[in-house]
Amino acid sequence: MSVIYLLISISIIVAVCFFVAFIWAVKNGQYDDDYTPSVRMLFDDELKKVKPKSKRITKEKQI
Amino acid sequence: MDTPNCFHCGLDIVKEDEIIFDEKKFCCSGCKTVYEIFALNDMTCYYDFENSPGATPQDIKGKYDFLENESIVSKLLEFKEDTTAIVSLNIPHIHCSSCIWILENLQRLQEGIISSQVNFPEKTVRVTFNPTKTNLKAIVNLLSSIGYEPYISLENYESGKINHDRSLTYRLGVAFFSFGNIMLLSFPEYFEVGEYWLEHYKGFFRWLIFALSLPSFFYSANIYYVSAYKSIKSGMLNIDIPIALGIIIFFIRSTFDIVMDYGSGFFDSLTGLIFFMLLGKMFQIKTYSFLSFERDFKSYFPIAITRIKDTVEESIPIYDIQKGDRLLIRNQELIPVDGILITEKAAIDYSFVTGEAIPITKKSGDKVFAGGKQIGKAIEMDVLHTVSQSYLTQLWSNDVFQKKVEQKHKTITDKVSRYFTPILLIISFLGFGYWIFIDLNTAFNVFTAVLIVACPCALALTAPFTFGNVLRILGKKKFYLKNALVIEQLAKVTTIVFDKTGTITTNKKSNITYEGKSLSTIQLGILKNSLQASNHPLSRMLYDFLPDAKKMKISHFNEITGKGIEANIDNHKIQVGSSNFVKKTEETSIQQTTVHIKIDEEYYGKFIFNNEYRKGLSELFNHLSSNYQIKVLSGDNEGERPILEKLLPKNTELVFNQKPEQKLEFIKKLQEKGENVMMVGDGLNDAGALAQSNIGISISENVNVFSPACDAILDASQFQKLNYFLKLSKKAITTIKMSFGLSILYNIIGLTYALTGNLLPLVAAIIMPLSTITIVSFVTIMSNFYSKNLK
Repeated sequence: MSVIYLLISISIIVAVCFFVAFIWAVKNGQYDDDYTPSVRMLFDDELKKVKPKSKRITKEKQI
Repeated sequence: MDTPNCFHCGLDIVKEDEIIFDEKKFCCSGCKTVYEIFALNDMTCYYDFENSPGATPQDIKGKYDFLENESIVSKLLEFKEDTTAIVSLNIPHIHCSSCIWILENLQRLQEGIISSQVNFPEKTVRVTFNPTKTNLKAIVNLLSSIGYEPYISLENYESGKINHDRSLTYRLGVAFFSFGNIMLLSFPEYFEVGEYWLEHYKGFFRWLIFALSLPSFFYSANIYYVSAYKSIKSGMLNIDIPIALGIIIFFIRSTFDIVMDYGSGFFDSLTGLIFFMLLGKMFQIKTYSFLSFERDFKSYFPIAITRIKDTVEESIPIYDIQKGDRLLIRNQELIPVDGILITEKAAIDYSFVTGEAIPITKKSGDKVFAGGKQIGKAIEMDVLHTVSQSYLTQLWSNDVFQKKVEQKHKTITDKVSRYFTPILLIISFLGFGYWIFIDLNTAFNVFTAVLIVACPCALALTAPFTFGNVLRILGKKKFYLKNALVIEQLAKVTTIVFDKTGTITTNKKSNITYEGKSLSTIQLGILKNSLQASNHPLSRMLYDFLPDAKKMKISHFNEITGKGIEANIDNHKIQVGSSNFVKKTEETSIQQTTVHIKIDEEYYGKFIFNNEYRKGLSELFNHLSSNYQIKVLSGDNEGERPILEKLLPKNTELVFNQKPEQKLEFIKKLQEKGENVMMVGDGLNDAGALAQSNIGISISENVNVFSPACDAILDASQFQKLNYFLKLSKKAITTIKMSFGLSILYNIIGLTYALTGNLLPLVAAIIMPLSTITIVSFVTIMSNFYSKNLK
């Protein structure tokens, strides 16, 4: 029955892992802006399609 | 694709100006250019996310030249190294997903930009770039050229980096971690106490629970200890004292129980309590990150200005302006200091200051005051005072702006706790006194149990959840409050003071009437055509007011600043403008804003621009006047008095010719008479009064644009609902009072357990969440109910 020590310790360790992950996320600023990421994740597909274009046109335009 | 509106910005297209490019319709060449930029870079999916998301780019030539000044730039940058620099720019136009997409793909538009990230709620974009390849000025110009002009003001110059306060989030995380794990571990002991295995492992379980509760007790709850200590020190009993006391007794008693092997302690309830109370605190904080309630003149003023020194133009930070300097103010630039106009004529728009949209004409030699915006051609002026000594900015040296207002009043919860705490202590001592003659052990148990049970968790949760909810409801109705305390203040208001211009009048449109000989349709057409090219606000207003007309050929057009327009249209000569310009006579009554018309050397008449009062104004005032004293303060002359007297209820006090300091003093006097004053204003000249009043509400036509420091920002379109908001805040207080009754009921039930010495951990573990959940749902339902059913 002393396996209970093992099990409880594992459960606490898992909980601590999640806790650390949470602190890390807050510190990284992931909770500062809770709207933009939800929109941003929808953009990825468009990006690939346009990549090959060279940047030279851009430069001319700027001048 | 076929829309009657501009493909880029969504505005209606004037038929004559329509530009068709790439099979798409645009309203002006500015919008077309932006489209061209995007099309060239294969970025047209900008238009896929949202229909016509763009804004017409403004002419910014030379406006950002000051960004060439290294010392100014270094103050704006968040971070700078050899090859990386980071800058955060505030862009008011950010409003949809297309905006996010385009702004996060800036690196494709300009070399040197490494990455950019949008914070949508704050309307900022954080650009990381390589300073060897590009510079801040180029980035700002790029943003402006695609219609996302950043707003750079003196405020950015001083504050630099903003720090987020995340301590409450950490505390909440810790509290939840402790609470969750302890709940899990204490579950077995709820059901079986004498069971063999449980008996065997209880030491392990209990000490583990004890260890888990430590972070919650010492870290998460420590705000309550600090607050309780502060309130004792200042002699003001607030709700945090019984909370802190309860938590500490909770902890000591539970530790004692474990050590002496009396039971499993109350750690589950303790950590649950801390978690729920912190949750309440979190809920109460609803911030509108895109709004700022702390603005002063710095948010309006530019960072730099052009100085002319020995015929050389240079950008200097405005704090470096010296008396006697010669300044160059371009179109749409703000005048940062008081001075004397050198250029012959200038039209200055003081709408930031007074709320009055129609510009004032100044002649050479006239004094011009800081805060005005130059409209039209660039002007030159000589500096009379430095920035901090100018007429307008001096207002901020008033005491009102100096003191940090800690808490101007007692909250309703604190008021209740003033009675609550002593009663609680008396009951616990009475219980102790009774039991001490029977059994010393039970006496201690009872004493601690009373303090534990009565720990005003439900009481403390009531206000945060009610206010938090009402705050959200009001936010949805476009009334943005600075924090939850404002609701309580709203409910206490006895006197309401309104500013006139820009607050009860709207500066969006004017009520235009015509006086004089009647004009034929053709003449109206000529007039409309002559106004088309003019950017003067009066011309724009009159243009919108006149009926649609055919486009005619303009052979000659001349706009004279401060005077009017001269044009030749279809062989008719037309003069539009001031009385002096058109009739060659000074106008006798100066209390009206007028535009005179002369066609083919014949004087026809004048258009009169009356103040347009907001919709539903007299209705609102009639409702308000039955419950509040209403006063109207105005910086203008008495010209509008008869109209206002007719429009507003009889007992409304009207005060005219008020300077900013006088407005402040006026509020102060009312407060000295014991009134709770709410000030409703809009311009910078109301800033002092807004700060002095118990609640300052600032009216804003566009909440993205800036409003002076205040407690609440009200969207101008919701102005007529003011009475509803006041009523709702009163109902919020009623809800809180009802909920207090409910929580006291729970306390009585808990106390009967405690006083009879029967408080088991299980009982505590049931009562605590039960009371929390019922209280929270009760206040939420009640406040939602009131918000729907009030008229």
